[in-house]
Amino acid sequence: MRLRPAINLRIEARRETSRVLLYVTPVAAVILTVLTGLVLFVFMGYAPGPALYHFFVSPLLTLYGLSELLVKAAPLIMIGVGLAIGFRANVWNIGAEGQLTCGAIAAGGVALALWGDAGFWILPLMGAAGIAGGALYAAIPAFLKTRFDVNEILTSLMLTYVATLLLSTLVYGPWKDPTGFNFPQSRMFTDAAILPILVDGTRLHVGTMVALLIAVAGWVLLTFTIIGFQIRVVGQAPAAARFAGFSRPRLIWLCLLTSGGLAGLAGTFEIAGPIGQLVPAISPGYGFTAIIVAFLGRLHPLGIILSGLVVALSYIGGENAQVEVGLPQAVTGAFQGLLLFFLLASDFVVRYRVRLAPAVAG
Amino acid sequence: MTIASLGLVLLTIIGAATPLLFAAIGELIAEKSGVLNLGVEGMMLAGAVVGFAVTVTTGSSLLGVLSAAFAGGAMAFLFGVLTLTLAANQVATGLALTIFGIGLSALFGTGFVGVPVTPLPKLAIPGLSDLPVIGPLLFGHDALVYLSIAATAAVAWFLKRSRPGMILRAVGESDLSAHSIGYNVIAVRYYAVLFGGAMAGLGGAFLSLSYTPMWAEEMTAGRGWIAVALVVFASWRPWRALLGAYLFGGVTILQLYAQGAGGFGIPAQVMSMLPYLATVLVLTIISAGPWKGRLDAPACLGKPFRPSN
Repeated sequence: MRLRPAINLRIEARRETSRVLLYVTPVAAVILTVLTGLVLFVFMGYAPGPALYHFFVSPLLTLYGLSELLVKAAPLIMIGVGLAIGFRANVWNIGAEGQLTCGAIAAGGVALALWGDAGFWILPLMGAAGIAGGALYAAIPAFLKTRFDVNEILTSLMLTYVATLLLSTLVYGPWKDPTGFNFPQSRMFTDAAILPILVDGTRLHVGTMVALLIAVAGWVLLTFTIIGFQIRVVGQAPAAARFAGFSRPRLIWLCLLTSGGLAGLAGTFEIAGPIGQLVPAISPGYGFTAIIVAFLGRLHPLGIILSGLVVALSYIGGENAQVEVGLPQAVTGAFQGLLLFFLLASDFVVRYRVRLAPAVAG
Repeated sequence: MTIASLGLVLLTIIGAATPLLFAAIGELIAEKSGVLNLGVEGMMLAGAVVGFAVTVTTGSSLLGVLSAAFAGGAMAFLFGVLTLTLAANQVATGLALTIFGIGLSALFGTGFVGVPVTPLPKLAIPGLSDLPVIGPLLFGHDALVYLSIAATAAVAWFLKRSRPGMILRAVGESDLSAHSIGYNVIAVRYYAVLFGGAMAGLGGAFLSLSYTPMWAEEMTAGRGWIAVALVVFASWRPWRALLGAYLFGGVTILQLYAQGAGGFGIPAQVMSMLPYLATVLVLTIISAGPWKGRLDAPACLGKPFRPSN
């Protein structure tokens, strides 16, 4: 004989997703991540108070810390906006890291070819090369997807490894600084190829403002244009989109080229901003982390500005906590994964309602 | 190339193929039940670091291997709770599992970088293992190599001949029908996903305990993703997954030997691109070829299922 619970939990789908919960749950996910972090710190034998303080609070107390937050958030926001446009249309570009790398290679090539030249046009040229590099690299999965129906998740990811190896081929080989004591890095770029700094004493470069503008532009595209409308319809009601005759291949091209181009531009800003040269590793995984940023911002460009700042804190908090309390840098990655887990789990309450129902007699 | 050195090449190919085979066979079962788990890379890393850490601290490779399978399974359970119980998007959750696995394994393995470990013992069969060339090739491996091949055979038999295997396929082909004739779709998928995680964990353990006996951050280097690609390449058939794993093992090893032989003037990094480029190429051929219509992807692959009350 089985005991019946006195109360049944009934789970039913909401007729409409709850708007309030849709925007409250990311905050809840952040709070849950911090609480889990607390438990994690205790388990690892760190005093939770100071660890939390140096991870989440003290980086925000100085002007330099705040500027670094923007410097780290800029690539996350740019890439996140591009990816969000694709994710909305069910186009899964997860190779943004590779497109970032290729953009940096293209832009870095321009900077090195014009090394020593001066001119206001060098930076725009690098930006254009970076966008083109990232977009062309994303064109490979787009072509394979639209022409041969090859899964874009796998191709874009595989190409990321190839891009990293290509960059390493160049900086260990032909692009190595001839006066650099054989270190695997290019020459330092000349001033004409370096982004202007906005606030003295910080690394806050012009690119951070461009990133914010791009987010606004992404919002306008999704909300007020026909293309944006098509993207949203394809994602939410693929059958309706087919019926309306929206071209799926065209949207796949659009989404991949946009997200690739933005990732390429982000790579350009990294090498023309904080780094100032080509090195074997130009990104601490921005291209992958931007996936989390896109989801945490609810695939909404303005939400992505906020989520980009939150996730950027996990990078500088990780660095800060490593210096101050000796926390391993790897905590950052674990936090970022946890954050996405909590967010995806919280989606359940957005889409479903849990109700208490009296037990069925018998 | 002498016969002896050819034997040596084949031996290393087996080593490169085994982690891919474990992960691919596990993912194949998960996908056959209708679940697309893109977290293989993360589960492999969990297995690699836990297998390594337990072997180093307890001195027992058996315990190490078992806990690696357990760690992979635990990661898979997390994936199951999110995608099966909470009906979250499988693609997004799989990506989260990989990102989480990379971070968590790096965190867990901080103290184990550069620590030496006793590699898995080779099972030597007196007499047979001493035969020239064939001896080491067929009879000189550690237990995991044989286990990976036995698992392939077992999974092939399970899917084709056994009753639970047919239920699993039914759940993957038509979740609603399977549900309406009384099978517990969610439970079947949990089992499949957990099996996939345990196998990925074993693949990771083989990497850190046998292929390159050490722990390094992100040491899987995309093998989890290649395993996902292999399942497509294999059209969801276990023996073809074995063939694919050995082909990729071959590509990996041949480019390593080419690098060692001076690389014909090609930079080492360009050679290292080969396995990744080969994956893209193979996926394209398999998706575009004349056999396109017979790819046999499970009909419910990647679709969330929630039984209505």
